[in-house]
Amino acid sequence: MTDIFELLKGKPGDSDYGKKGVIVQGITGSYGSVHATNMIAYGTNVVAGVTPGKGGQTWNDSVPIYNTMQEAVDATNAKISILFVPAKFFLGAAKDALEAGIKLLVAIPEHVPIRDTMKTLELAKQKGAVVIGPNTPGIMIPELIKVGIMPPMPFKLGKIAVLSKSGTLLYEISDALTTSGFGQSITIGVGGDPVNGTRLIDAFDMIKDIPDLEGLVVVGEIGGDSEEILAQKIIDSGFNKPTVAYIAGRAAPKEKRMGHAGAIVMGTYGSAESKISMFNKANIPVAKRPAEVPVLLAGKMEKSD
Amino acid sequence: MQLLEFQAKELFREYGINLLDSKASTDIEQGRKDAKELGYPFVIKIQVPVGGRGKAGGIQMCHNDDEFELKYPQVMDLIIKGEKARAILLEKMADIKKELYLSLFLNRSKRCYTIIASAEGGVEIESVKNQIIKEVGLGHVSDEVAAEVAKEMGLEGKTADGFIDTLKKLSKVTIEKEAELVEINPLAIMQDDTIMALDGKFVTDDNSNFRHDELQKYQEKSDIEIQAEKSGFSLVELDGDIAVVGNGAGLVMATLDMLSDNGGKPACFLDVGGGATTESVYEALTLISEMSRVKGILVNLYGGIVKTTVVAEAFLKAYENNLIDLPVFLRLKGTESQKATEMLQGSRTKIFGSVEEAINAAVMGIKK
Repeated sequence: MTDIFELLKGKPGDSDYGKKGVIVQGITGSYGSVHATNMIAYGTNVVAGVTPGKGGQTWNDSVPIYNTMQEAVDATNAKISILFVPAKFFLGAAKDALEAGIKLLVAIPEHVPIRDTMKTLELAKQKGAVVIGPNTPGIMIPELIKVGIMPPMPFKLGKIAVLSKSGTLLYEISDALTTSGFGQSITIGVGGDPVNGTRLIDAFDMIKDIPDLEGLVVVGEIGGDSEEILAQKIIDSGFNKPTVAYIAGRAAPKEKRMGHAGAIVMGTYGSAESKISMFNKANIPVAKRPAEVPVLLAGKMEKSD
Repeated sequence: MQLLEFQAKELFREYGINLLDSKASTDIEQGRKDAKELGYPFVIKIQVPVGGRGKAGGIQMCHNDDEFELKYPQVMDLIIKGEKARAILLEKMADIKKELYLSLFLNRSKRCYTIIASAEGGVEIESVKNQIIKEVGLGHVSDEVAAEVAKEMGLEGKTADGFIDTLKKLSKVTIEKEAELVEINPLAIMQDDTIMALDGKFVTDDNSNFRHDELQKYQEKSDIEIQAEKSGFSLVELDGDIAVVGNGAGLVMATLDMLSDNGGKPACFLDVGGGATTESVYEALTLISEMSRVKGILVNLYGGIVKTTVVAEAFLKAYENNLIDLPVFLRLKGTESQKATEMLQGSRTKIFGSVEEAINAAVMGIKK
């Protein structure tokens, strides 16, 4: 099992403890550039950028650019990469990263063909690497490291883990949690695609043994059955930390893709009802509105005291 | 995108999967010509992108001209689960010995392709008990796996050979067209023991469209949807009167849910994407101004990296250009929301601190 905290933070005593290097693939693009700036401002240690053909240059007078991931990894020994290339070039860039020895690949692009994601995941499995995304806002330990595109304001360090299929709902719900005094130990955007590098159950495995974890918030949406599988896993594992869920898309019509490639109900497969009833079976309350999440969480905490 | 039966069958034919003779038409003139070429008897099948058409009367047997003149228009005029006929398929009748089920689909949670087959076809697969399930990675079905499935289904001799051949062709078309789901239900064993696909469902991965120019003729989009796509938006048109706009698919879905909970009827789902700009919000307002059923606009924006003042500018520009004369109910949160609120003061936009308040006001405002 991957220790996500070890990847993001390192072990006490490491020379780079708490400042693990991150490589930005596509750093000279407009999107990559903005978010590289934002990540650095948040405290993330961006050690290199990769843009084919621009190797040897320096981005923003501060970050060296390489032509390939192999060169960037050789020069920096970084194990984390965040990828901002357009969807068409995703597979090539992801392979480049995994073959160079990246162990945590955060795949931001939307509209990646499913086949390309599946091929990436096969390679990641061989290499023992974790892929977050595609179509994800990324992953963060508040106030320490952000490998993603989330704005800083909603988040505060604390003891609640937040797993989300959606970006803006992750911000919205984390904001509501923070305002109610629930900071976050880690937030993981699994992404809104049909196939996720890290599924909700994988993300759950990453967070369930955090020693001082006080609660879990799952932000799901219509499509697929990853919420149902997670609920079953929570039942089977006997996980007993206060857990609250939110499911978007109750009012969505069937057979229509609601913005995310994965957000589609086929017959009853992927319906909000199916997810809500499974969470209820796991004794996990499901909020009707994002703002209700902290209220339900506080309720669960009172009961478990 | 989801293909209609006759479109799925065009692909099946291209890949050599056995089919009955059939012809698709969109008007009775062409239908009459097709009927002549095909010869009676045949089946008239409505082409709609939803299931359950048999029960709804969308599949009719036809033996002669009189029946044709009566039934073709009847089937053409049906509305099934809100969907009008896209075309009519005339297909020769089959002399069937037995119906099977076969599909190859992307198993999202297992992250691999999966074969589902059953010796009981023609019914909804969810209700079939004896399903044969095989995981096949990226979708390639080897001779061995295909033979195993045929054996488990109890098929022998010529029938088994025909089934194996069909399954392998199904695998090929799935991989090459990057399908999420290809289903043949029923797959028939004919009296002469050949195998024949009587129906076809085909769902492709929209994200792979850029590699499949050949499939784009099957794309069914309204002008507004085409415009939305050009702007990088996701738009789903709905039949209510309040347009719902926001940034991020999850947030817009959540807004749709809350609006419906409060008795509002959404006119559309419009996601302008995680990073809204003055241009993109203005473009969204332009699209909405073209939807005649809309009586009000509900906007829910979480300005993270986006400055909300940028959004306010789009509204001011839209008012200045007389683009919209509808009431706007706006919830803005995030960077510079104070300043954005000041900018919009005195305009048609009503700004609310919470989405709940904006929704209540929208529902009440539209009723009036």
